Amino acid sequence: MARYIARRLLLAIPVLIGASFLIFSMVFALPGDPIRALGGDRPISEAVQAQLRAEYNLDDPLLVQYGKYVGGLAQGDLGTDFAGRPVSDILGRTVPVTVKLALVALAFEAVIGLLAGVLAGIRQKSFFDSLVLVTTTLIVSIPVFVLGFLAQYVLGLRLGIFPIAGVANGFSGYLLPGFVLAALSLAYVARLTRTSLVENLRNDYVRTAKAKGLTPASVVGKHTLRNSLIPVVTFLGADLGALLSGAVVTEGIFNIPGLGRAVFQAIQSQEGNVVVGIVTLFVFVYILFNLLVDVMYAALDPRIRYE
Amino acid sequence: MSEPRTPSSGDRSGADTGLLVDEQAVPGAGAGPAESDAVAHAAAPGHGTDGAVDLRQASLWSDAWRQLRRNRLFLLASALLAVLAVMAAFPQLFTSQGPIENCSLGQSKVGPSGDAWFGYDIFGCDYYTNVIYGARVSMIIGLVVMGGAMVIGVALGAIAGYFGGWFDVLVARVTDIVYGLPLILGAILILNSFTNRGLPEVALALIALSWMTFLRLFRSSVVAIKDSDYVAAARSMGARDSRIILKHILPNAIAPVLVYATIFVGGIIAAEATLSFLGIGLQLPAISWGLQINSGQRLLRTAPHIILFPSLFLSVTVLSFILLGDALRDALDPKLR
Repeated sequence: MARYIARRLLLAIPVLIGASFLIFSMVFALPGDPIRALGGDRPISEAVQAQLRAEYNLDDPLLVQYGKYVGGLAQGDLGTDFAGRPVSDILGRTVPVTVKLALVALAFEAVIGLLAGVLAGIRQKSFFDSLVLVTTTLIVSIPVFVLGFLAQYVLGLRLGIFPIAGVANGFSGYLLPGFVLAALSLAYVARLTRTSLVENLRNDYVRTAKAKGLTPASVVGKHTLRNSLIPVVTFLGADLGALLSGAVVTEGIFNIPGLGRAVFQAIQSQEGNVVVGIVTLFVFVYILFNLLVDVMYAALDPRIRYE
Repeated sequence: MSEPRTPSSGDRSGADTGLLVDEQAVPGAGAGPAESDAVAHAAAPGHGTDGAVDLRQASLWSDAWRQLRRNRLFLLASALLAVLAVMAAFPQLFTSQGPIENCSLGQSKVGPSGDAWFGYDIFGCDYYTNVIYGARVSMIIGLVVMGGAMVIGVALGAIAGYFGGWFDVLVARVTDIVYGLPLILGAILILNSFTNRGLPEVALALIALSWMTFLRLFRSSVVAIKDSDYVAAARSMGARDSRIILKHILPNAIAPVLVYATIFVGGIIAAEATLSFLGIGLQLPAISWGLQINSGQRLLRTAPHIILFPSLFLSVTVLSFILLGDALRDALDPKLR
């Protein structure tokens, strides 16, 4: 197992380097002059522009720029934005917010999604089963930002149950955006759990378990659910990217000062270092999560072993 | 490579609304060795070759078509999509005026009424007309990106899966890298560098970031099929690689790709709307549901109809593609029967 994890981590290195270079070249090789744009309507003098360019290595060829960036990265230096704030400070401020948001979303997915999926799966073709099917289809069809406005309008403005924006009020501010962020994946978790459970309930070992007189709860809970979770866990790992993409939209709508909003603003003001830092972090987390998922297979299904 | 490649691992569409998840990695294998002749004739069932008239081989496609015709959701989705397609091609059929005719700032943000079913937008233009005209952009983007991503994915997937070797490894690594970049975020990055963004720019950005699932789906189908007896038979008769791929493997491996492609269109339409909504996709004066929702963003309290109607059209469009894809999958996946 340890060797397997080590090999996977080694394999992740070229992917991480490739991805960060891809992002780097997208940010720095594309047209547009961030330094000139800094001044807005009042042009900055040539001397200052040249000074800033030199400071941020903007005159170097792309590969040299990237080399210097990775060199800094190796020493834990993520660079600064054009106002001189270290990128690590920006990350330190925004990461906790987004992590909280993601955890709330994950909790919604796991609790509601799994519950709906299991209940629908053990009562196939019942009213509840159809209800889950229809609801999840509808949720999947509604884009995240539309769902965000819908939730804001109905639950925030009309019913006044949740705060509609910001996280100044603490935890309650995370609930609505967390739910909106989770909605899409929640629908998939419910469907996958149902499908997978229904498939596994047909197995011989389930019949054996029933035949030896186990309670239905034990048959489903102990014998079937664990196996059925494998596709769900796979999905959650691959879904993380979508969750982070969704955070860009959700944080914008609900005005939440997290990574998503920070990266969107940074892209618009062409703050190269900030963009590269955050997006590379996204990719890193994504790779790590997928490794975690693969390791979890072994825990869920004893038939899977890693050499 | 002893990495566990579980089904559906990474089959997640990059698209934000994320799609297809439960598609098995090798459903094409399930399609079985339907003789390519049977597939070729599937378009005209009953029209058999000489002497085979009564055999009426049940090919995957004729079976699927028979099942689809009975599926009410499929009929509903097809009807909705037909209406949307006509709306995109000939919006004049639905409304008597052009999109920016008869605007008057005095009517800005006035709500729905008998005269103007959907009310007026912030410029005082008839909103119904504008929302109708919005269908065109969504349909074009959805279909163009689907076509582009599918061609790239299928072509690379066929070569990588059939020949293997270093090209296969290279493609797999590149796919991993692009997968790591979330679709919307990557598209924002690319599109931000264009000051004038139109349909071509948005379509290219989305194609560049969304071909990977097509590749993985098709590649795994090809790998599963290439060792089958009928491929060996074709090869022993001297068929060239290109003929084997196009005539024997493609027809048997394409089913899961088509299912995914249908659902994918819905996801891409949502992605374009998301980008335009964020102000980083299409730009005014283009007419797009995403832009319309964007313009109503700050007016949720006072003029909710500005967000409501384009959102409704957008969601119904995405829903239609998803329903169509679901129906196709049920019909094409023999394991579910």
